[in-house]
Amino acid sequence: MTDIPNASSSVLKTWLTSDIPQTHLQASCGRAYGAWLAFAANRLALLGLIIVGVLVAVAVFAPLVATSSPIFPDLQHRLLPPGADYWFGTDELGRDIYSRIVYGARLTLYVVVLVAIIAAPVGLLVGTSAGYFGGWVDRVLMRLTDIFLAFPRLILALAFVAALGPGIENAVFAIAITSWPPYARIARAETLSIRRTDYIAAIRLQGASSGRIIWGHVVPLCTSSIIVRVTLDMAGIILTAAGLGFLGLGAQPPLPEWGAMISSGRKFLLDQWWLATIPGIAIFVVSLGFNLLGDGLRDVLDPKSGE
Amino acid sequence: MFSTPRAVNEMTAPLLSVRDLCVSFDTRKGLVEAVRGVSFDLGREKLGIVGESGSGKSQAGRALLRLTPPPGRVSAKVLNFDGIDLLSAPDRQLRDLRGGRISMVMQDPKYSLNPVMTVGRQITEAYRAHARASRAEAKTRALEMLDAVRIREPERVYRAYPHEVSGGMGQRIMIAMMLITGPDLLIADEPTSALDVTVQLQVLAILDDLVTQRGMGLIFISHDLNLVASFCDRILVMYGGRVMEEIAASELHQAQHPYTRGLLNCLPQIDARHAALPVLTRDPAWLL
Amino acid sequence: MIDIQDLDVVFSSGADLVHAVRNVSCRIAAGESFGLVGESGSGKSTILRALCGLTPGWRGRMSIDGEELDPGARRSASFYRTVQMVFQDPYGSLHPRHTVNRTLSEPIAIHGLDNAGGRVEEALEQVGLGQGFRFRFPHQLSGGQRQRVAIARALILKPKILLLDEPTSALDVSVQAEVLNLLMRLREELSLTFVLVSHDLAVVSHLCDRIAVMRNGLVVEEVTSDELARGEPAQAYTRQLLLASKGYDRAAIDQFEDFG
Repeated sequence: MTDIPNASSSVLKTWLTSDIPQTHLQASCGRAYGAWLAFAANRLALLGLIIVGVLVAVAVFAPLVATSSPIFPDLQHRLLPPGADYWFGTDELGRDIYSRIVYGARLTLYVVVLVAIIAAPVGLLVGTSAGYFGGWVDRVLMRLTDIFLAFPRLILALAFVAALGPGIENAVFAIAITSWPPYARIARAETLSIRRTDYIAAIRLQGASSGRIIWGHVVPLCTSSIIVRVTLDMAGIILTAAGLGFLGLGAQPPLPEWGAMISSGRKFLLDQWWLATIPGIAIFVVSLGFNLLGDGLRDVLDPKSGE
Repeated sequence: MFSTPRAVNEMTAPLLSVRDLCVSFDTRKGLVEAVRGVSFDLGREKLGIVGESGSGKSQAGRALLRLTPPPGRVSAKVLNFDGIDLLSAPDRQLRDLRGGRISMVMQDPKYSLNPVMTVGRQITEAYRAHARASRAEAKTRALEMLDAVRIREPERVYRAYPHEVSGGMGQRIMIAMMLITGPDLLIADEPTSALDVTVQLQVLAILDDLVTQRGMGLIFISHDLNLVASFCDRILVMYGGRVMEEIAASELHQAQHPYTRGLLNCLPQIDARHAALPVLTRDPAWLL
Repeated sequence: MIDIQDLDVVFSSGADLVHAVRNVSCRIAAGESFGLVGESGSGKSTILRALCGLTPGWRGRMSIDGEELDPGARRSASFYRTVQMVFQDPYGSLHPRHTVNRTLSEPIAIHGLDNAGGRVEEALEQVGLGQGFRFRFPHQLSGGQRQRVAIARALILKPKILLLDEPTSALDVSVQAEVLNLLMRLREELSLTFVLVSHDLAVVSHLCDRIAVMRNGLVVEEVTSDELARGEPAQAYTRQLLLASKGYDRAAIDQFEDFG
């Protein structure tokens, strides 16, 4: 009976490591499996993946993981230290800090994913177009990139808040707008070297249009570098969102955003250290997780380290 | 069966003695044995090691200088250079030997010359690493060497950067740098493969003259069987990490081993016949 | 079939002007196998690239099958179905993230042809690769196999002219023999016109009927492979190349002239 699960897992493994893939799906899965093995060989990268995985799981299953409401005050139990009933203690309004951290994970993930979804494709598109077409397209797009790169994030966020009012969506938008330029530069640099290769010459010689070449041939080769850079940037994005929250520009109360929790916990830092320190540790751990994951991904995905 | 190592001259000990050299790498996909039991002796003569890619010839050359990159492991029953056991020699002694008594010239000067240092500085640095000399002395010696490799304007080249010189000149600079310390043994790993054919031969002529003048031993590693046969005295043919055949260059066309014969036959010739080339069939028994 | 008149290509790299091809003229008949041989910098590859539109900005007149070519990069769709190219480096001419199937089906999709699956299978058979190679990635193929895929890709649109830029220079000698045999067979089976560029005189002489020897952008002379085999080239430069291809000969090297 114990043989059956082993048999099916080894059948899968044979299918994945086959030298003669029969379908495109098998080939792609086999390749992904090889990349996974390389990634998993790095212990720290696995740790990063686990941390990020826990973050995602906690965010998705927040109502099940939290022990009480993150936003309803309970003034009977204000400022209690960490203990059996309240694992991370309670804040100045009696709310369970543990539950606030758990629900705050949702906000953190929300910010990080939204920024990545907005900034990375924009950067990729701008960078590959600039690199592939060259000439005045390159010049115009790169000057545009320089302009956006020159904006200091926090000042831009302040400007948005002044114009549109505070809120987490505006914070996300402000961060995304200032995050895409580095991706554009990376994509452009990669495209410049890809452009001179024989495989691009070959596809041009088959009559492919520029759009097809950029989308089908250039972009797949740039995505590795971009993914690595985005993952490494996530720590910074979390900290920026936390900073905006700290300044009161991001998520507004009573949302349990970690940065805002640090800000409001500042007043109590000396006597009730847990109000500010616990969210701080949460930010630290998640940033570390993303950094380790990014490093691990780079070791696996970096085209320069060879296929 | 085909490779019995012979001492070059029964009276004098060989310059380099190798028995059962093995180089292996531990990779994620398993153990890769790049070199599996190579044995030969080298006197003050030109020995060619010929093989296709993956035959282990470059790894064998690097292993002689203990330059195998980690995670590679080198083992041998005998690895003896002029009485010094290279396997057990301390790092300090190996460093003295490398560049001092044993030098190595590699394929592409674009990658083996430091692009941010002038040619002159690199040559004098190589010299002063092994000989106590003042800067002025080192410069004089460097200019002499540049002249010995027939560079027409040694002063100008001395001040130039590697990217300012052509491929053929870059390789001659490499030779100058490697021979300035007067080594006894030179290992050349595809030294002319990146060059045009006439430049290739001119560079080899310079190497030939210098090696003969100084009574050096030369190990010439290449994939080009014809070139090695016309340039060297003896040839080792490698395949799959093993030596398939050891033969004198003059006797190459009477080679016995089917791999050597196959390699010779599959080269296109400049004769009017446009017949299909005989294809080399690899016998898996050769890998055992 | 291919008519080149007074082709002139100048590259500018920074302040320098490199005159890569100077006033080259030649005619290549349909079904012929024409070789361009020379050392590096002779301009031989540049001629191929100018023909394809990969190197725009040339002067002169070129026509393929009667149709005049544009000095810019623009070529018609029918041009791409007539002329295809095989590149030198098998490790650089296949997209590293595309399977063999994708690489071979893409030209079919671009030109809107039908029966992609069938054509891909046929192309793989033609170059002697079995169907098991269809879904591999380039890093799972050897150098010789990659070059065969590159040839299959060039042939999938059923062109009449194949431009070969040093197709075997990066291959081991035994693999080179297989690929040369394959090219010879394909030329006969499909009645192709070849333009082969190489620095290796033996390869060019084996595969080609007529050979143009180039140096510094100029055509030094045109010989047939027969004349080369009899050792009868007229020009000193060609004789020197022929001598050099025979291997190392210390005495002969002293006679080498520096043609600059």
